[in-house]
Order: sequence, then C-alpha cells, then structure tokens
Amino acid sequence: MAAEADMMEASGPAIDPMHQFTLKPLFGEGPIHWYTPTNATLWMGITVLAIIALLVFGTRRRAIVPSHTQSVAELAYGFVYQMVRDVAGKEGVKYFPYIMTLFIFIIFTNFLGLIPMSFSVTSQIAVTAVLAVLVFVSVTLLGFYLHGVKFLGLFWVSQAPLALRPVLAIIEIISYFVRPVSHSIRLAGNVMAGHAVIEVFASFAASALIAPIAMVGIVAMFGMDVLVAFIQAYVFTILTCVYLKDALHPSH
Amino acid sequence: MTTATTEAAGHAAESAAGMPQLDISTFPNQIFWLAVTLVLIHLILSRIALPRIEAVLAERQGTITGDLAAAEELKQKAVEAEEAYNKALADARAEANRIVAETRADIQAELDEAIARADAEIAARSAESERAIAEIRASAQEAVKEVAVDTAKEIVAAFGVKADARAIAAAVTQRMKG
Amino acid sequence: MEGSIVEMGKLIGAGIATIGMGGAAIGVGTIVGNFLSGALRNPAAAASQTAMLFIGIAFAEAFGIFSFLVALLLMFAL
Repeated sequence: MAAEADMMEASGPAIDPMHQFTLKPLFGEGPIHWYTPTNATLWMGITVLAIIALLVFGTRRRAIVPSHTQSVAELAYGFVYQMVRDVAGKEGVKYFPYIMTLFIFIIFTNFLGLIPMSFSVTSQIAVTAVLAVLVFVSVTLLGFYLHGVKFLGLFWVSQAPLALRPVLAIIEIISYFVRPVSHSIRLAGNVMAGHAVIEVFASFAASALIAPIAMVGIVAMFGMDVLVAFIQAYVFTILTCVYLKDALHPSH
Repeated sequence: MTTATTEAAGHAAESAAGMPQLDISTFPNQIFWLAVTLVLIHLILSRIALPRIEAVLAERQGTITGDLAAAEELKQKAVEAEEAYNKALADARAEANRIVAETRADIQAELDEAIARADAEIAARSAESERAIAEIRASAQEAVKEVAVDTAKEIVAAFGVKADARAIAAAVTQRMKG
Repeated sequence: MEGSIVEMGKLIGAGIATIGMGGAAIGVGTIVGNFLSGALRNPAAAASQTAMLFIGIAFAEAFGIFSFLVALLLMFAL
C-alpha cells in the first residue's frame, strides 16, 4: 500500500472521492465505540429535527386550508399512503406507519446528504443493510405468521409445468434471498456513486484549464443526484411495498 | 490516500481508509444510532404526525362533503323559491286581470248610467227651451203687430187720411200672415 | 515493483468492471423506451403503470451499481 500512496502522490493532487464517507467522532479523536456520537449521528439527529419541523410543526395549526409546509406534509402522507394501498392492497394499509417511517427517513437523509460538506447517512452500507434486512426479516416473519407453511407457496409457481417447478423454486428462493442485498446496495451505491462523482469533478476543478467543464459537470451531477435522491427513496419504498404484498398474498 | 497510521493499523483499517463504508469497526456505532433514529422517527410519526395529518385530511373531506351537501340543499331551496315566486306571480297576474275586468265593467255601467241621465236632462232642458222660445216668439209677434198697427196708423195719419183703426189692424194682420 | 503490478491490475480490473454500467444504461433505456411507446399508444393506461416503470428502472440500474461497486472495491478495498 505504500507503493500505492507513493504513486498517488506522484501523480499530482491526490483524488480521494471516498474520504467524505469516513465516520469521525464529533468530540475529539479516538476510537469509535458503539455509543460514540459521530458525524453520522449528527446528521441522523438533523434528519429527525427536519422531520419534526415538517411533519409536526408544519401541521401544528391543523388548517382546513393548508399552509405551504402543511401541504408538503400532506403531499408526502398522500404519496406514501396511495403507494401502499395501490401496491400492497387494503390489508397493507395497516403497515403504513412503518413504510412511512422508512420513506421519510431515506428521503430526508438523501436530501440532507446533498448539502455541501454534509454527511450522507444513506451512503453507508451498514445503514442501508440494516434497513433492508429489517424489511426482509419482518416481511418474511409476517408471511409465516399470516400464512404458516403456505407462505412457502411463494416459491412454488403453480402455473408452470410440473417438471419446471423445482427449477423455478430454486430460482425463486435465490432471488428471494438476493432481495436484501440488492435492496441495500442499490440505495447505498446510488448515493455513494453520485457523491463520489461530484467529488471527482470537484478535484478536476483545481486545474484552471478544465475548471469550467468540471463546474458544469458538478452542476449536472448535482441535478442528477437530486433526482436520484428522490427516485431511490421511492424505489426503496415501493420495493418494500412489493415485498409486503408477497407476504400478504403469497400465492402466485 | 493511505497514510502511515493506517499501514500500521492492519488490514481492517487499511480498507477503512480506502472505502470507509467497509470499515467493520464503525458498524456497531452506525447500527446503534440508526436504531435510535428509526425508533424516534417511528414514534414521532405514529404518535403525533400521522394521526394529525389523517385527522386534518378527514376533516377536510368532511368539510368538503358537508359543503357540497349544503350547496345542494341551498340549490334545492332556490329552485323551490323560484317556483313559489313564479306561482305567486301567475296568481297576482290573474287577480289583476280579474280586478281590471271588474273595474272596467263597473266603470262602463256607471258611464252608461251617467250618459242616460245626461241625455234625459238634455232632452228636458231642450224641451223647456223650445217652449220658452215659442212663447217669446209669440209675444214678439204680438208686439210686432201692435207696433206695425201703430206705425201704419201714424203713417196713414201723416198722409192726412183719417184711417179706420180696424181696417188697418186687419190689413196688418193679413200682411203679416202673407 | 511487485506492488505496482498489483496496483495496475486492480486499476485495469476496475476499468473493465465499469463496462458493466453500460449494460445498465442499455437496460434503463430499453425500459423507458418501451414504456414511452406503450404510453403513447395508450396514454390512459400510462399513469397506472409508472410504479412498474420505476421498479423496472431500479432493477436494471441495480446491476450497473453492482459493477460500479466492484470497481470501487477493486480500487480501494482489496
């Protein structure tokens, strides 16, 4: 690794797009214990405050004719509520608060992570993996709780010819267990890729020759990231709804 | 990219310097704070925010439905009021027509009576006048005869003829008749 | 010297891995293009299928992200 360091130092200013994802203790130096407040903790706290500001203070007047913040809060509510009802069906509405929690958390951390110099909580694989495993485990448990052994019918495609069914079952089982992997890496990867590419463009801007192009690139990537921040939150939520639907109605 | 400290710290720290997301040593910390955050958000949402928004939306729906029902009711009332107004208008018009016809008949009758009375009076008056005129004419003729006799007598006397009063009167009378 | 060759191999491998992102781009393009042609044929049904559009995009894009991740792992983590 020394050679790597030497090589990077030899080739001009070091480009380290991954440095921004490092966890640092908020107060002083030292090892990160499980309870140490870090920059990730700070931005999770800011996320909670922002959510309180929008969903609690924004709606405190309970106006029939809503103010701007209240209509945004109602829009978010209606958006997720309709998604749950359309994808997971009427029985899924019971689990709406959990899905709303996921959606609100992801979209707020995504957008707060877009603030320059901030820390993107959802770029951490540990965070998204916990979210995805949470969804995976709770959906699987819910399926077994509601349908018992019949939940395994999810893997037994009854419309297919009998000879094909075991093969399909294996494929279905593999794809079922890949779900949390793709679910978590999609979110973390998208957010990380966006931030890393912006940082790469930013380090190009140090050279006067290509600085204008680099700045246009930063602006373009930032716009792309705003889109991605929303779409990934949407996709994470809607996939959760799809998995929930599988748990509620496992038969093919 | 990699620093001297990471090289000393072994492989785990090395990967942390390269790709901080894969640094296992920070995972318990992140998972702990993530759990805290998620529980907090869930409590905020399920205890305060979601019931409140739900109530607001339901209230708005109720208000809209109520307003629509009220509007429908008011519209119905307006239609009824218009019908009543039209009916009253028709009644009033019929009544007015009736009154007009009655009044016209009354006036006609009064007028006829008055005309008849006036005719009668006129007839009476003209008869009386006729009679008065006849009287006056008669008395005037008498007076004319006397004057004529007197005048004739004077004229005859002026001619120096002693005239017979009776003959003159007869001549005048004959003359006037002629 | 040995270290440099390993480093070179990692960077070349990372570069090759990013080719996979082109596949994701093709996939996303196919999905959106087909959605659009379908939506233009039957605009009334388009609104109800946007959720499926985004799910499809997400699945296609996930593999591009996987290849990007492989590139990152090669460059920084291994």
